[in-house]
Amino acid sequence: MHALEKILAKASGKKYVKSGEIVNAKVDLAEVNDLYLQTIKSFYEMGGDKVYDSDKITFILDHYAPAPSIQSASNQKEMRDFCHHQGIDLLFDVNSGVCHQVMVENGLVWPGMLLVATDSHTTTHGAFGAFGTGVGATDLATIMLTGELWFKVPEVVKIEINGKLNPGVMAKDVILYIIRKLGTDEAVYKAVEFTGDTVKNMGIAERMVLCNMTVEMGAKTSYIEPDQTTLEYVKERTGKDFEIDYTDDDYKYSQEYTFDVSNLEPQIAIPHSVDNGIDISKVKEVKVDQVFIGTCTGGRLEDIEAAVKAMKGRKVHKRTRLLIIPASKEVMEKAIEKGYISTLIKGGATISSPGCGPCLGTHQGLLAPGEVCAATSSRNFPGRMGSTEADIYLVSPATAGEIAVEGKIINSNRPSKEEN
Amino acid sequence: MNNIIKGKAHTFGKNIDTDQIYPGRYLELVKSEDIALHAMEGADSEFLENYSKGNILVADKNFGCGSSREHAAITLKTIGVGAVISESFGRIFYRNSINLGLPLMVCKGISKFVSEGDKLEIDLEKGIIKNITNNETIKGEKLPEFVLKMMEAGGIKKYYINKNNTEK
Repeated sequence: MHALEKILAKASGKKYVKSGEIVNAKVDLAEVNDLYLQTIKSFYEMGGDKVYDSDKITFILDHYAPAPSIQSASNQKEMRDFCHHQGIDLLFDVNSGVCHQVMVENGLVWPGMLLVATDSHTTTHGAFGAFGTGVGATDLATIMLTGELWFKVPEVVKIEINGKLNPGVMAKDVILYIIRKLGTDEAVYKAVEFTGDTVKNMGIAERMVLCNMTVEMGAKTSYIEPDQTTLEYVKERTGKDFEIDYTDDDYKYSQEYTFDVSNLEPQIAIPHSVDNGIDISKVKEVKVDQVFIGTCTGGRLEDIEAAVKAMKGRKVHKRTRLLIIPASKEVMEKAIEKGYISTLIKGGATISSPGCGPCLGTHQGLLAPGEVCAATSSRNFPGRMGSTEADIYLVSPATAGEIAVEGKIINSNRPSKEEN
Repeated sequence: MNNIIKGKAHTFGKNIDTDQIYPGRYLELVKSEDIALHAMEGADSEFLENYSKGNILVADKNFGCGSSREHAAITLKTIGVGAVISESFGRIFYRNSINLGLPLMVCKGISKFVSEGDKLEIDLEKGIIKNITNNETIKGEKLPEFVLKMMEAGGIKKYYINKNNTEK
């Protein structure tokens, strides 16, 4: 069996499961965000009274943090009241940050767990060897009611990544390149595992970027085998006892791919699909109105640091807005301690409070018709960040920093390996 | 649940994500009748003007990819979409639709088999789609038994309510 199958087997009280089988599995943690008042509505519509286990549910108010409208404020209020009424202590309010960063920082994620959240980017937690998957409101309500949910055991696609990345090339470039090569539906209903020496040499933040974006290939979940890097991070954060189950040697993957990234250039996914990636040296110059650095994909400390370094003390272009939204309050605190926030403010950036920001088109920096945005987020769908007549280009944080200074998307002037 | 569905087709291209089915700016809405006012707005702002209840959506691959928002399934369910047929579906949208009792069918080759406005007849149990307009038939994938049972109950809420009542 694959390690992910072992997680599902254990959670459903079985010795053995195989891909395609439907199992009813006990969920270790269910997370609800503030887009999903429907979760509470569905819970009561299904005859719910008390939740199955209030310690295994967390509410994180991140998509409308802080509330931009009376309606979203009312939704959040109902969620707070629900948590209070149900004795749910794990309520992270609008001061916390994006759910996927908040859960990890607060020790709620560990290898071998089954984590279900009302957010498609729950694939992120494969970076910790957890089975993380996104669902809608009514599925989550079912977990609140019964502690369990049905799952089809997924096939697993193995992606091996080898080679040392060039300076200025980031995990975001790697995953944009892989999606460009494999397409947005390569992994629909499947799990994606990353392996190879590039992945082994990545820190937790970079691994999270890879796993986060597997949903843009349609993946149900993702996986990186836990190693020393994982354990060091997790053990510092959680007091939870866990065992790691490894994949059996004779496990058969549904597909296997190998990528050599040693000559990879920074990638840019042009509108309006995540698999529209091109090498930065082939991109046409485009004036950029807004640069957005943030989200569960590209708003961690390492991302802000990469942008600051790429800016090299230069100011944001006068025609361009640079919007920085740290993924969590911990990220923001550290960015302040390191002096990045001060440098960015002096350089002309706008800093907003931790949360999802404009990524999904709700608030905090939406785009007007005809505007162009370069973003470290995960999606460039039409209308994703405001007007359907705006264009979103997906880039790495380092590329975003350069674009903010230049005011436009430019052909690469990155140092090559030789210059390093 | 009626396992035979008849209706007029609206066709869409590939990768119709949930932002196009239901734009993010309306995510704060809670009542299904309010959510229903924005169906498919990001893909075709005039969709609702040309739509009649019971019509069928036909799409190229990866319909419903992207965000997990249940609003995407709620909006289509509330306006009474007969069924959605696609070469493939985003998995969370698939689950959400099944949970709400909105019929879906995976059918390879469907995007070339149907033109805008064609009349279709779908047999969910057998997985057969008939194009009445040009009198041709194509085979889709039957819904798994477990899923069909949930659909027949009228979605996961009713399925659990029934199950609870039987067990009591």
